[in-house]
Parts: sequence; C-alpha cells; structure tokens
Amino acid sequence: MTDQKQAADFNEDEKQIIEDMITGDPEDMTIFGVSRRQFLKQLAVITGGFAAAQYIGPDELFAAPSVLVPGTIPINSIENGVNASFNVNGSPVALEVDSRMTLLDSLREKLQLTGTKKGCDHGQCGACTVIIDGNRVLSCLTLTACCQGKNVTTIEGLAKNNQLHPMQTAFIKHDGFQCGYCTPGQICSALALMDEAKKGEASYLTENIREKSLSVQLSDDEIRERMSGNICRCGAYPNIIAAIKEVHSGKEVAQNWQFA
Amino acid sequence: MAIIGKPINRVDALLKVTGAAKYAAEFNQPNMVYAFPVRSTIAKGSVTAIDSSAAEKSAGVIKILTPENAPQLKAIDPKVKTGGMLGEQLLPLQDNLVYYFGQYIALVVAETYEQARAAASLVKVNYSKEKHAIDLNTELPNGYKPQKVQGEDAQVNEGKTAPVIDATANKISYTYTTPTENHHPMEPHASIAVWEGGDKLTLYDSTQGVMGARGTLAYHFSLTPENVQIVSPYVGGGFGCKGSQWGHMLLAAMAAKLVQRPVKLAITRQMMQTNVGRRPATQQKMAMATDDQGMLTAIRHHTDSYGNKSDFFEPSGKQTAVLYKAPLREITYKIAKLNIGTPTYMRAPGETPGTFALESAIDEMAYKMKMDPVAFRVLNHTAEDPSKKHPFSSENLLDCYTIGSEKIGWQQRKAEPGQLRKGKQLIGYGVATATYPAGRSAASAKVQLMADGSVIVQSASQDIGTGTYTIIAQTASETLGIPVEKITVKIGDSSFPPAPVSGGSMTTASVNPAVMAAAEMVRKELLALATADAGSSLKGRRPEDIGYADGNFFVTADKTTADSYADIMRRNNKNIVEACTTAMPASGSGLGAPTAPCMEAPIDKEENSDKEKYSFHSFGAQFAEVWVDEDFGTIRVKRFVSVQDVGRIMNEKTARSQIIGGVIYGIGAALMEETAYDHRWANPTTRTLADYHVPVNLDVPDIDVHFIGKPDPHISPIGARGIGEIGTTGVSAAIANAVFNATGKRLRDLPFTPDKMLLKS
Repeated sequence: MTDQKQAADFNEDEKQIIEDMITGDPEDMTIFGVSRRQFLKQLAVITGGFAAAQYIGPDELFAAPSVLVPGTIPINSIENGVNASFNVNGSPVALEVDSRMTLLDSLREKLQLTGTKKGCDHGQCGACTVIIDGNRVLSCLTLTACCQGKNVTTIEGLAKNNQLHPMQTAFIKHDGFQCGYCTPGQICSALALMDEAKKGEASYLTENIREKSLSVQLSDDEIRERMSGNICRCGAYPNIIAAIKEVHSGKEVAQNWQFA
Repeated sequence: MAIIGKPINRVDALLKVTGAAKYAAEFNQPNMVYAFPVRSTIAKGSVTAIDSSAAEKSAGVIKILTPENAPQLKAIDPKVKTGGMLGEQLLPLQDNLVYYFGQYIALVVAETYEQARAAASLVKVNYSKEKHAIDLNTELPNGYKPQKVQGEDAQVNEGKTAPVIDATANKISYTYTTPTENHHPMEPHASIAVWEGGDKLTLYDSTQGVMGARGTLAYHFSLTPENVQIVSPYVGGGFGCKGSQWGHMLLAAMAAKLVQRPVKLAITRQMMQTNVGRRPATQQKMAMATDDQGMLTAIRHHTDSYGNKSDFFEPSGKQTAVLYKAPLREITYKIAKLNIGTPTYMRAPGETPGTFALESAIDEMAYKMKMDPVAFRVLNHTAEDPSKKHPFSSENLLDCYTIGSEKIGWQQRKAEPGQLRKGKQLIGYGVATATYPAGRSAASAKVQLMADGSVIVQSASQDIGTGTYTIIAQTASETLGIPVEKITVKIGDSSFPPAPVSGGSMTTASVNPAVMAAAEMVRKELLALATADAGSSLKGRRPEDIGYADGNFFVTADKTTADSYADIMRRNNKNIVEACTTAMPASGSGLGAPTAPCMEAPIDKEENSDKEKYSFHSFGAQFAEVWVDEDFGTIRVKRFVSVQDVGRIMNEKTARSQIIGGVIYGIGAALMEETAYDHRWANPTTRTLADYHVPVNLDVPDIDVHFIGKPDPHISPIGARGIGEIGTTGVSAAIANAVFNATGKRLRDLPFTPDKMLLKS
C-alpha cells in the first residue's frame, strides 16, 4: 500500500453501481494518501481558506493518516486473528484483526476512518451505515472478517475530484444535520436509497409489492420510510427529506422559514 | 454589512458532511489502550468481593481497576466550588457502595476494545444486597420537600389555593404523569485521557462544558486547573446529559494514570441509559379555578418526583410561575430518593414535563368553561411576570397565538371533540403555550485580526449541534466588517477564554456579546491607528464619521476616501491586532466560568439589564394537527406549527433547525419515550434504542416554524435569546389537546402509546 493512487479493479457492474451513486470516475477512487490530502487542500482553497476548519487546520487534521495506518495502535496479542483483504473507498486494504472486530471498529480504530460513527453498536441507529457493493450496510453488525473481497464505501469516499457529492451539498444547503454525528450514516443511506428506488425495491409503503416499478420517483413519505433506519436525535428529519428530495428529483427544493 | 440573522450555511458543515469533523473518541493517541467498565447488577448494597483472576488471564488485559487499587480521588466537598458539576455526586471506585443498577464498580484496561469488553464479562462480583427503593409512590412518604429550586423558593403558597379552588364549581383537578426519559444523543459519551507526567492531564471528551469538566477533573485529581485541558471541538449532541461530569471521565483519567498510557473509554448505548443521567418521572397534581367569565383565580401545581445522590430534581413548576394572570398560585414539590441512576438536566428541564401538565390542564379548564382554548389563553394572558411583578424584557406571546392559529387553520377546529374525520382517522387540533427562561452568563472571547485579513475567534464555548460556530463567525464578521469566510472560530477547548456550559439555552446570549465586544475593541484600535497615521487618507477623521465593510474603513459621506485594514496594519508594522474581553451581564456572572485575564467589556445598563428590573423569558405557541386511528389507537402528528418569540434571530437557517429539533424531541416525549424499570431488580428494561424509542423520520411531519424576530432590548446589545430548549416545551400538551379534540379521550399519562388510547377512561 503506497500513498499513490491505486486504481481499484472494478468490474463493469461495480463501475455502474458506483457511477450511479457517485459522480466522477471510479478509477479515481483513492483512500488516504497524497490524493486525498491534495483533495482536501484544494477543497480548502475552493471554500475560502477552509474557514470551516474549525479548531484545527486542515493540515493538522489530515496530517496523521498520510499512509494507511493499520498497526499504529500496537496490539500485543490478537486472539483468533483473521486476515481480511477488501477495498475501502477504492483502495485495497489488508488487515489482521481480532475475529470479533466489526467493520465499524476496523474503520475507526485501525484505518483511522472515523467518519463512520458508532451510535449504538447494535444496528439500531444507522450512524454506522456504509455502502458495501452498492448496498447500505450497518458496519457495526458486520464483522471485518466477512468483508473479504468486498468494496466498502464510507463518507470519506464520496467527494470526488475536488467536488462534494451532490447529496453532501444538498445536506449543507438544507441544514440536514445539527451535531453532525448521524450525518455520515444518513448520507450513505440516502445514496443507497436512490439506487434502491432505481431498482424498484419495495418498502413498507409500497402498495403492491407484486408489481415491480422501475425508476420510482419516491414520495416524501416513501423517503421518510426508507430513511427511518437512520436516527437523528437533533431532529433534522424535515431538512434531510428536503435534501434527498432535491437530489432525487433533480429539482430545487425551496427552504422555508418565515418571519411573522 | 448585516450578516447576523442571515441563513448562511453552517461554517462547520463541510467537515460534517465529509466525515472530517472529529468527535471525542476519534482523537486516537499513540500507544493508546482501551477501557471497558464492569457495572453492578444490584441497585443497592455493597460489593463484598471482586474476583478478577479469570479476566486478568484474558488476552491483552493490562489492568483491572477496582476500589482496592484505583487511584484515590479528592473527596467531594459540598462547600467547595470546583467550577464543575459532578452529575451524580459519586466518585467511581472510591468505596464499595452501590446506589443504582449499572453503577461502575470496576474497569478493565486492555490492548484492544474487543479484549477489554470480553475480559469485563469475566469479572465475578459478590454483593451484599439491600432492599432497593424503586417505586415513587411507595417512597414518597419518606421523601423531602426541597427548599430551593434553581435559586428560587421551591414551596410557594403551600395550602393557600384550597379555599379559592374549593369554593367554586368552575374548577378542574387532575394528575398528569410523565415517565423517566433518557437523553440519548447520537454520540455516546467518550473520553480519551492523556497524562504528561503526573501533573498534566489532557482529556478529549464529549462535553457541553469544557470549563466545568476542567474544574471537576482538576479538583478531584488535585491538579491546578491550568494543567488540565479539556478538548471537545465537536459534540454529537448533548441535550443536557453532557452538561455535567460523569464517572467515565474520571475513570478514563484514573486508568491512564495507573497504566501510564493514554486510555480511551467510550461508553456503550446501554450505559447511556444508566450512567449519565435522565429526566426523572413526575406526578403532577394540577388544580385551577376561574370566575364565571373564565378569568383564572388560582392555579395549584404540585410535583412529586425523585432524585438519588445529587440535589437535582425536575423543576416542573417553573412555567407555572410565569404564565397567565391568575392572582394566586401555589407551586410545591416533594422528592423521594430512589435507587435509579441520578437524574439531571434534560432539554428544557422543568418546562418539558411542566408544560405538559399546565397546558393540558389549561385546555381542560377552557373546555369546562366552554371556551375556545386559544381565546381562553388570550383572556388570561399576562404582560408582566405574575410572580415577580416585573415586566418581561420583551414579550409578544399574543402574536404567536394569532399567527399560529392562522397557519394551522384553527377555524377548521370544532369545539366539541370527535367531529372531524377522514375515513378511519379522527382529526383534531390542539394548542399549547411554550416558554423557557432566557439566561445569560459571563463569557469571554478573544478576537485576533491577522495581517492577511483573516480572523481567529477563541472562546471556551461548545457547539453541540446548535450552530455556535456559525453564529460566532457571523457576529465577528458583522462587528469587524470582514467576510465570514475569513473568520475561523475556535471553541471546545478549555485553554481558550472561559465561557459557560452549553446549557440552559444561554450560549447565544452569553458568548456573542463577548465576541462582539472583543471585535469592537479590535476595530476601534485599528481605526485609532488609521486616524493617527499620516500615511492614511483617514488621518484626523472623527471615528463617528467612519464606516467599515469588507476589510476597509471609509468616510461614510464619501466612500472613496478609504483605507484598508491590511494597509493600516502594514504601515504600522502590525502582524496582529487582538483583544480579549469578558462580557458580564448586569445581574452578575450567572453560571459563567471565572473570568480570564481579559478586559471587561463596557456595560450599557439598558442593554444588559438587571434581573431585578426585568423578567427574561422566551415564549411561543405550539399548534398540532393529529390523526388518530379509531381502530388501532395510533396517533400520528400530521402537521405542526411552532411560532416563537425568542428575540433576535442570529441565523434563520440554524434557528429553524433548532426549533424543528425541539419539536421533534417533544413529539418523542409525547408519543413514545419512556425508560421502564423492572422493579424486582431496579434495572432499566429499555436498554437500547430498540426498546427506548425515539422519533424516526416517518414519525415526523412537516413542521412550520415562524419567528417573531423582535430583538430583546434588554438582554444584551445583540438582542438574541437562546432557543435550544423552548421548541420542546408545550409540544406534548399540544398533542394531548389535539388528541382530545379528535377523540374526546383525555390522555394524562405520557407517552401516548396506543394501549392508552384503547383503555377506557
């Protein structure tokens, strides 16, 4: 694993899935390394000196993971160690982990990809949602050992070519978060949701599950239902719906607040 | 350059949507190890023996802390003000006593999280068990009557309303109950403790108050406060449970001290239910009476609730002291001690359960008097604080009722219940008043203008999702005349100038005046340089003739005569112009942390008025439309309108989000949230988010938010009051009142789960 770009070996189906979810060229997907740091620095320039880099500057913030860092936390003894090789945000990783280690903990504790959040560790809150081979998956209920050969996309892998994914932009515009802790899971879930709609997958609100309708334009209630696995305790739900609706429909959704 | 109030995007939004914002548990340290607590399985008694031999042999285990080997902490002294607030008034592992189920009784430290967690399950504990107190009504006879509630008398006019209420038929008297609730922010509490030598401690911690955390840690570890640094740049929600300090923070530091390596202790969702506070259950006995015209003559509000080791109890009579014109009001409390983890502040402590009782009872009174509930409230509205007899600093509640009625379509509502339906859905409308005190405390801030035109603002405040980063940037931008993109806000670190805990809805009103004062000093110093500078086109000009925008001073009568901040600094060889100020409300420092070595900002007495002169409160009106399924008893909130009179709005976008979030917190309390206990073991049976239900996306309707938006002329030069809590108040009553209007069934016991709809009244 070097810090240079490593084009992941996607087959045509995978490329299609990723293209559906993510703008930009899947070949460009990189995890940590020069590319990522350059991206963030460029992003900083775009956004006016990274005014958003509250508390810590971008260099400081992203200096640590200049290379992928499994093993920075020394482990004296790994019980029932297992090896797992898989792709994260397009870059291959090979880990030896405790067999009990979840994908969530591997991302956060071994790969320093802390964008994926631990909210309940029981698959009840959705904060740990990542995208594995095109489907949204709860990484706290996924053992690292089960990820062999899979493609994992996390919140860190969504922005491409110095551009935020439109869903990220829409979440900012519509204030689809407050504390921000559920946000990575909400955004990953929202992306996968749109793909599920395209495939005509049914939900609790689907009236006739025998009729598979392709390219469904989801109603507000359909989006609400399909996003109900992602809890937001700050209560940004109406704003999350507005953001998803905007990206899903391709039409601008008005923001509404009024002074009396 | 008016940017205060504008709906700009959050300045920290980019970090939050890319996963780059770092929360406490994400500051991994070199050589760091992991800790996992062992918790008691009894609710009262003592630990007689801990057998950790199997756990010690478990792979990766480094140390097991028990009362036998844990570092000794300086004991709690109720007379000492540490600057912090120890949530449960209980220091971990200092003795073998158990006060509640789930209390920390040992701590396993291991190389990995998996190893620590597995080893914790191998620790064997023997107890001497005593009979625990778990039932509120059983224990109330042994309870106590508190003397003070948040500094005010806790027993007001006890027994004095009975003659008035008993003498009339125009009265109601009911008991309303609210369950124990838990905060459950999405980010569980977490601490990473790092020692440098034996006398310097850094704690990365998820806290609503870095200064309070510093005070508590410094005191109990006998360190000078300057040698304790609390770092908390991003907090994944708080709602009150991160306002005080809890056992895990001390445990992380104790473990790190003992093993001499950085220790991470991230608590589990299950521990969120037991170890970091809760809103205690209440039983509220309400009674009130009116004259024949419907004017309230007396209100009685008695609260029964519980506490444990601390003096905190749910102050649910607070709003009853402030709302309505009734000439006589009786507000009392009785508190029992239960073996349940200690209660604490939870979003609108007092007002959330209190407005449920008061505003439900007001609705019942209006119905009894055959009056429209909005008209009844308008008739009984008070323009002054009815208890203190002060005018309110700013109050537009009647406008809230008017606007809310129009937006919800109140004219569709039928006076008699059960008249509106759509198929199997019974439709009803309800209203309730919202209110929350507008606090302000001392706060300090430092503003630094750099030669390149960038600005750094520092304050030991916190952003718990409220938008503090953003509105501080807006305040600095407007005061300095520098675009918001050039302003970096640094908060969430105890090494910055002190600011109060992010609680009590007071951050906006406290911190922004300090930022404004510091920014003004910087701007004035810069202007003084220019007007004294022969090289400046502004030489000799009077300050009152000078305007500022986009990093330039200019003569207001002739904008072409201008000088840029950058040029002024360059000519005067200044790399930095800075000021640190403390903004002190006239009524004293409040809950604010001690002042830093900062200049005290000048006080304009009218703009910073004394609490003895005005009563500071926010108000609002909550309107709900509910649909109740007549077969299943399920209640759905279909529309919600919230009209808020909260002073000046700092940012329309983040303010609306705060109110929406508050309303949703209230919908949770109304329809689903309850921490249930098995009385045999005193353990919560709602252990996770699968059992303790909070609102999910499909539970939440469109929420229509309106702001009155009139600045409060007395709270601060900015005129903004806090808005983090008021959105939750009144929500469960508005829903209860709407359910009654839809069905004729009056629900007086939260939460309104379908079983309660189906039970006969």
